[in-house]
Amino acid sequence: MHLLDQHAKAIMEECKVRANNAGLQFDHETLEYIVSNRDMLDLSPKVMIPTLYDYWVNDVEVLKEYGKYKLYPSNPYETVINSRPAISFYNDNNPDWLNIMIFYHVLGHVDFFQNNRLFEHTWTDDFVGVALADKRLIESYRSKYGRWTDYVIEFSRSIDNISGYFKTLALLNYDGHLEPESMLNFYFNTFLPDYLKEDEFQIYKEQERYNKILKNNPDIAESSFFAQVKSRHPEFESKYKNAVAQAPPALDLLEYIKDQSPFLNLESNRWMKSVMTVIRNTALYFAPQMRTKIVNEGWASYWHDKLFRGDERIKGHEVAYSALNAGVTSLSRVGLNPYAIGLRLIEYVEELAEKGKLSREYQKLILADDKNAFDSHTGNGQEAIFKIRENFSDFMLLNTFVNQEFVDRHNLFVTGKRPNPEKGVIEYYVKSRKAEDYKKMLIDSLYHPPVIKVDEKISTKDSLYIRHSFEGKQLIKDFIPEVLIGLSYLWGGEVKLETTEILVNQKAETEEDMYSLQKVIFACKDKKISKIKPENNDA
Amino acid sequence: MNISDNYKDRENLPEHIIKELELIEKRQEFLKDSVSVNTSPYSINDWQVLPGFHEPDTTPIASLKTLEDLLGQDKRREEDGFTRRIRLGKLIKPAPGKKGKIVIVPTTTEPKFYHDDSVTSEEETGGSGEGEEGDVIGQQQAEPQQGEGEGQGAGEGDSASHEEGTNAFDLGKVLTEKFKLPNIKDKGKKRALNKFVYDLTDRNRRFGQLLEKKATLKKIVETNIMLGNIKPGEPIDTQNFVIGPRDQIFRIMSAERDFETQAIVFFVRDYSGSMQGKPTEAIVTQHLFIYSWLMYQYQNNVQTRFIVHDTEAKEVDDFQKYYQLQVAGGTRVAPAFKMVNQIIAEENLAADYNIYVFYGTDGDDWDSDGKELTEEILKLFPATSRVGFTVAKNAWGGENKTTVERTIEKSGFVEKRKSEFRIDDFSAESADENRLIESIKKLVSP
Repeated sequence: MHLLDQHAKAIMEECKVRANNAGLQFDHETLEYIVSNRDMLDLSPKVMIPTLYDYWVNDVEVLKEYGKYKLYPSNPYETVINSRPAISFYNDNNPDWLNIMIFYHVLGHVDFFQNNRLFEHTWTDDFVGVALADKRLIESYRSKYGRWTDYVIEFSRSIDNISGYFKTLALLNYDGHLEPESMLNFYFNTFLPDYLKEDEFQIYKEQERYNKILKNNPDIAESSFFAQVKSRHPEFESKYKNAVAQAPPALDLLEYIKDQSPFLNLESNRWMKSVMTVIRNTALYFAPQMRTKIVNEGWASYWHDKLFRGDERIKGHEVAYSALNAGVTSLSRVGLNPYAIGLRLIEYVEELAEKGKLSREYQKLILADDKNAFDSHTGNGQEAIFKIRENFSDFMLLNTFVNQEFVDRHNLFVTGKRPNPEKGVIEYYVKSRKAEDYKKMLIDSLYHPPVIKVDEKISTKDSLYIRHSFEGKQLIKDFIPEVLIGLSYLWGGEVKLETTEILVNQKAETEEDMYSLQKVIFACKDKKISKIKPENNDA
Repeated sequence: MNISDNYKDRENLPEHIIKELELIEKRQEFLKDSVSVNTSPYSINDWQVLPGFHEPDTTPIASLKTLEDLLGQDKRREEDGFTRRIRLGKLIKPAPGKKGKIVIVPTTTEPKFYHDDSVTSEEETGGSGEGEEGDVIGQQQAEPQQGEGEGQGAGEGDSASHEEGTNAFDLGKVLTEKFKLPNIKDKGKKRALNKFVYDLTDRNRRFGQLLEKKATLKKIVETNIMLGNIKPGEPIDTQNFVIGPRDQIFRIMSAERDFETQAIVFFVRDYSGSMQGKPTEAIVTQHLFIYSWLMYQYQNNVQTRFIVHDTEAKEVDDFQKYYQLQVAGGTRVAPAFKMVNQIIAEENLAADYNIYVFYGTDGDDWDSDGKELTEEILKLFPATSRVGFTVAKNAWGGENKTTVERTIEKSGFVEKRKSEFRIDDFSAESADENRLIESIKKLVSP
């Protein structure tokens, strides 16, 4: 692994100037490395972060990649990571014109990383540096606690995909002005229902009383209200102080276990919490990339095409470029190409905005001819796609802009798969050309981890109770016991998971009869798993 | 119709047209082969779709040490009360006509709470282009073609090629350790080839090539305890130590007898019509595993012979042919074993080798009385270390005993010849890797 030579670096700098002029915004400093294929194989399990902590699963992956490479030598090409300065990796031996195109593509990604709001929590730090510190920390634990460090990593990673990423993001710019004042919040939401066990009607009456005081005397409403409360419930003040002193509520399961586990709170086990924090922060760092694959690749492809085609250095390489570009951004006959879909959606949005079609006026039109002819020449195309780049995730992009017009224009369809026993083959066929179906297919293919939360009311020191919110898909059954064993280790006691299973009745005649839902509770104690079907099955 | 058919007389065409034709053909070939369909937006990324232009200059070779460490660590998981997590898979690259390649790779999955898409949702993906709803736009072989892809399937195991030999050794090592296949018990009646190597293995007092510090130190301490220089409970002053000449212990070069056992394995299988598909795959995969295990047990000193039979037996050169050959004929088992006996006798193999014979069949045999087969196997016993039969039953056979099984039952080998003969049967349809390994354990256990 070594730095790009001066000749290529000069080309990169030139590209940066042009990209800046076109409106892309990124930190001026970037780092480019030439890596060998072997470096790539070593790095890819670490998601290209060279300083990521060591972990045996990554080693297994590396060995597997070596094996694959022996059979199918392939030439990795370019990849870029969201660090400060942004680092990108290149294969050796590219001709200059190709480098220009790739640099533009990379700059598209860098711009996206540094401006898309889903990455906001990564803007203030250089992750490569953070990861290095984390790696050293974990290494020091490993030399002290041996393989138990790896177990803690493993068990933490088993729930790192259900991290509270969106909650973390939401807190970043949250000024809290909509929240009720904290003492009021505590009184009505915690003190009355939890300590005094008042029923809803009583709480409602209290609220009424408060509202009356507030109406008559807005300035001193709170103090006079609480003066009464305190005289009636002398314990209120101390309870409130206790509650305020407590840590803010955990954002996800991993953080909850880290904060609340009796086992981890033992003096001798406190180090495990640091490991868990590292795992959680690492997962949060990668979370936005999974949720912006289509829009990010679409954005980078849009810009490499636009900038390179406007670059006089393309001269003489137009044909080679179009062949390569088509390979990257053409729609697959069968299959999903995120580059192609992303690019076309961004171009589509640009066109809609350019013609003023992102307006109420346009939406009111009913006749197709009117719609087609609509053009108010706004010239807002660029502005609109920069807004997409700033605010949109994959889901938002697909959910907002995939419509029948888009599907028809690009001849898109949902491909179905069915066996043909006579020919002994599996057939791919055009299943639907409806935008609705196509959009559903796209959205179903997006990354969506299950929602699993702690039920703090049922959980005790000896037993952690977590609940999976069923969204039409069950959890992968084979993994449940293993994850629970790990969690039970971290909790130092029993762990129960409430989830829903889908039962398939093969003999059913209609599709409705075929599936039924069954609520189940998995319990893990002392590494033993039991499965209970609760009696009140209201799934 | 193929465009290039119009241009049969290629030599006379101008060069650029020939090139063009080659391009078209290549593309058609590519289109035929490209059955892999990308259904997830996360499975392709920049460094795959933007292809490079040069062949890689070096082939990275997996470091075995790391794999060992990983497996060692994996083993410890059991002691800690967690399940093992590393699985070994093999990647196979089919190469029709040429030798396919196999590579052993470790794999693992990280259990997490994931959504399971398999139950309710149908397999759907995107697509674009012409076609009415309902039109078929492509097809794919329903069964993965033999020898293709990851996991089960037959592969290459030819001892002639060094690289594959190494791989078979690795696989054998792994099979022995991971699946706890038994180590070979030497029957001891075979003459071991021996040779001498010289190594610093013997210890000698006073002189030698290499001072052994720890042992010397021990001796010095012993001497000084006897001399009273070290008294219990008192601080030790090493300056007062007396070092006797005989306290020094050295390593000295010495001749070591090195035993090398050699093994020869006969892989015999039925290649008649009924074996087609699953039974062949199961048998050949199992034979590949056995071969790998023996490679490890005998430190690569394993020779292989491959014999296939229908109504007649024939020897083939390498594993590839052994795996691929297929005829539609009938089945007689006895000639195959006659041939094995003949080879052993003619080449006088029994004197120098541990001989193993592994036979795979779907159980079919036209000689329903099995007399000839029983005789041939009896003839084999004095020469061989183990004869192992695998019956991979076809689905349509049901639970009934096959002809071969009946023959073996009648012969009573299973009871009487327990140390030399083993047989195992399973349904070819359901035989996964674990079942095959299970079966190998039965066949080779002491």
